[in-house]
Amino acid sequence: MKTIPLSYLPSALIAALAIGPIIVLAVLASESAQVFDPHNIRVMINTLTLMSLTALGATLIGVPLALFTAYVETPLRKTWLVLLTAPLAMPSYIGAFTLYAAFGPGGEIDNALGLSLPAVRGMPGAVMVMTLYTYPFVLLTTRSALRSLDASQVNAARTLGMSLPGCLFSVVLPRVTRGIAAGALLAALYALSDFGTPAIMQVDTFTRVIYVEYNAFGLSQAAMLSLQLLCIVALLVFIESRVTGTKEMPGRPLRLWPGRWQRAVMVSAFLPVLILAIMLPLSVFSLWLWREGSGNFELQYAFNSAYASLLAAAVAVLLAIPVAHAAIRSKSGRVMERITYLGFGVPGIVMGTALVYVGLQLPWLYQTLGLLVIAYVLRFLPLAVGAVRTASERLDPSLVSAARLLGARPAETFRRITLPLTVRGIVAGAALVFLEAMRELPATLMLGPTGFETLATYLWRVYEAGYFGHAAIPGLLLILMSVLILMLMLSGERRAEIELSDP
Amino acid sequence: MLDVSNLAVYYGEHQVVSDVSFSLEKDEILMLVGPTGCGKTTILNVLAGLVPIHAGTISLANWRATAKQLIPPEKRQLGMVFQDFALFPHLSVEQNIYFKLKRRDRAEHWIRLLGLDAHRHAWPATLSGGQKQRVALARTLAHDPQCVLLDEPLSNLDAALKDSLRWEIRDALKKAGVPAIWVTHDQEEALSVGDRIGVLKGGRLHQLDTPERCFSEPSDRFVARFLGEASFLPGRLSADKKIAMTTLGEAPAIPINEACDNIDLLLRPDDLSVHQDEKGEGYIKWVRYEGGARFYAVQLEDKDIELRVRVNHEQQLAPGQRVSMRITTTHPLAAFNRL
Repeated sequence: MKTIPLSYLPSALIAALAIGPIIVLAVLASESAQVFDPHNIRVMINTLTLMSLTALGATLIGVPLALFTAYVETPLRKTWLVLLTAPLAMPSYIGAFTLYAAFGPGGEIDNALGLSLPAVRGMPGAVMVMTLYTYPFVLLTTRSALRSLDASQVNAARTLGMSLPGCLFSVVLPRVTRGIAAGALLAALYALSDFGTPAIMQVDTFTRVIYVEYNAFGLSQAAMLSLQLLCIVALLVFIESRVTGTKEMPGRPLRLWPGRWQRAVMVSAFLPVLILAIMLPLSVFSLWLWREGSGNFELQYAFNSAYASLLAAAVAVLLAIPVAHAAIRSKSGRVMERITYLGFGVPGIVMGTALVYVGLQLPWLYQTLGLLVIAYVLRFLPLAVGAVRTASERLDPSLVSAARLLGARPAETFRRITLPLTVRGIVAGAALVFLEAMRELPATLMLGPTGFETLATYLWRVYEAGYFGHAAIPGLLLILMSVLILMLMLSGERRAEIELSDP
Repeated sequence: MLDVSNLAVYYGEHQVVSDVSFSLEKDEILMLVGPTGCGKTTILNVLAGLVPIHAGTISLANWRATAKQLIPPEKRQLGMVFQDFALFPHLSVEQNIYFKLKRRDRAEHWIRLLGLDAHRHAWPATLSGGQKQRVALARTLAHDPQCVLLDEPLSNLDAALKDSLRWEIRDALKKAGVPAIWVTHDQEEALSVGDRIGVLKGGRLHQLDTPERCFSEPSDRFVARFLGEASFLPGRLSADKKIAMTTLGEAPAIPINEACDNIDLLLRPDDLSVHQDEKGEGYIKWVRYEGGARFYAVQLEDKDIELRVRVNHEQQLAPGQRVSMRITTTHPLAAFNRL
């Protein structure tokens, strides 16, 4: 009686494809003679240092901001929240690039204001940049945990004679440790897999060293390093899956009404974060635009970016539809969906390494746009699957039954009911993939066909050549992409997550 | 007319409907009642073609479905009113009601009749529960179904609305002149609205009859208890099986399932009287004040039996007081074989 749904075959194929890169890496790494050497240990220590310090920094900034945005009654609350989460949407290499150029003797701040500040370089610089762009993870997860706490315990503690800071420390924060941990883990994962920031700050982490090995034709060594990196990623993902859990019954959140000067102190305390993460990149790029114009930037780069990303978005959505449907229908479908999520955990540089090897085995694929699009799709498919799945899950199955009973055939039902009700989710998923692909750096560097320059790769070449001023237009365009991503995340699907709708 | 015979449905290994048969007259309303999980909603889904059947036949004027011959929902000319209304959220009230219609005069008729004129351009999300229910009903009836299925149509509405909407839906169905199957778990709703009642348990129809007969001559103790407060008093049936003799007096009886000799007599709370009496058979266990009436539980002492009785509120008795009771009814009472 039971028939296998139509969506299973494509889903199984897509899932098999998603595992592909990891198998390729394992095969490739087995060719490498060196498993572990002293240099390797240094890389491991650097990576773990960057990861832990980033998680720590993100927590130190994110938790106070979460308390502020969750509880403090202040004018423009929602605006503050949007501004404070905005760095999340920016690729951190934009920040690394501009901070690198702005600070230090001879940097843009020195030139413009005659203010000689210490340079942002090396490990401290990388930690600073990473922290600035990952603290919103902690802010968001902690804030949502804080908003679900009932105020009555705090009020009880205060009527028993405890001070407000004491309450926050001993009554509130212990109950949101899971939220904080979840955010810190996300920040750590980001720090592990990011390529741009350590590369620009010249810190030898896995991602940077993999790229160096790749350029030195040490592909199997790169694969070995990639596997080591993937192991750490897998460990973090596993820990993360353990962290989520027990929740308190949601209640009315605490509300605090600070005085005017208290508010001023709070705002001035977190203003530097916004200045460094958002204002500085914007002003540095604007300064370059004003001083050096467009440089030798060609509009073709932007078109290339958009073309490759558009292809990736279209393919990702087409593949996402059967996977999402299988995931809603059954347990085995959910397993397939989970497998496609692997790509999201695979750092871009690792995906690049695996696919370069695939390309070398299949010459007709090497140095083609197709291979780059495959990389984008494998990495960002989960975004599309998630969006399509939420949209289809919200579709009440009785609507389809109702349409059928009113006399509509399956095709008509799909056209008049299912499609109009899920099209928003599908478009949102496609847009997310498009925007992420536009900003992707490492895989694009490794897989883009020769001469196929995109916004992100052009920015990289400008950095390598040292002609920073030429980065104005691609930099501003990439920031614009980030603004669009943020708007997309805040509207539609992610609204509940960010809780903008609360009073 | 709708005709169902020997219906059987399985979910995996689990049989959820077994051997259900019934047929509907031209504008008859059949109420399907039963506890949660008794298969009543499954029967509706099966009739609508949303769930496959494993045995039996379903036939209407111009189609016939069996386990082998599936008829898709859109070919069945059935209307269904869903528990959650299932209004299309991206279509206005009017567009919902016009969904597949080529001629709109019938739709206009129901829009006016159900008082939806003012809301015809509204979006479903802006309507109240009662309005949504009316739109769902108008949409179903406007598509001119041969039979209407209603899946707990009032369960998502608040109590005040339930009572009035119950009669509004019944009137509309009668005006449309179509047979209907109305699923509910509310026995009061079933008794008052239905032309006939089908009582389901564990996927089986325990009784299918008029509300009056289901209530006064239930086919078994489950039906007796499900449709209202029921107490059972041991007694003996006379030789001609017409009179039941008990410690609380005699009463005319109807034997159920050929009961004879030792019986349990079904007593509803209004079949008894209760009086304060120091030499009585029992004592008041508890009392509930219900406004116009008082509801007593009386423990009979010589047998371990509790009887429930409803009397005028003026008759005040306190827990612990000794009382005597009499059977006061003149209509025949159902007599079951003693367990």
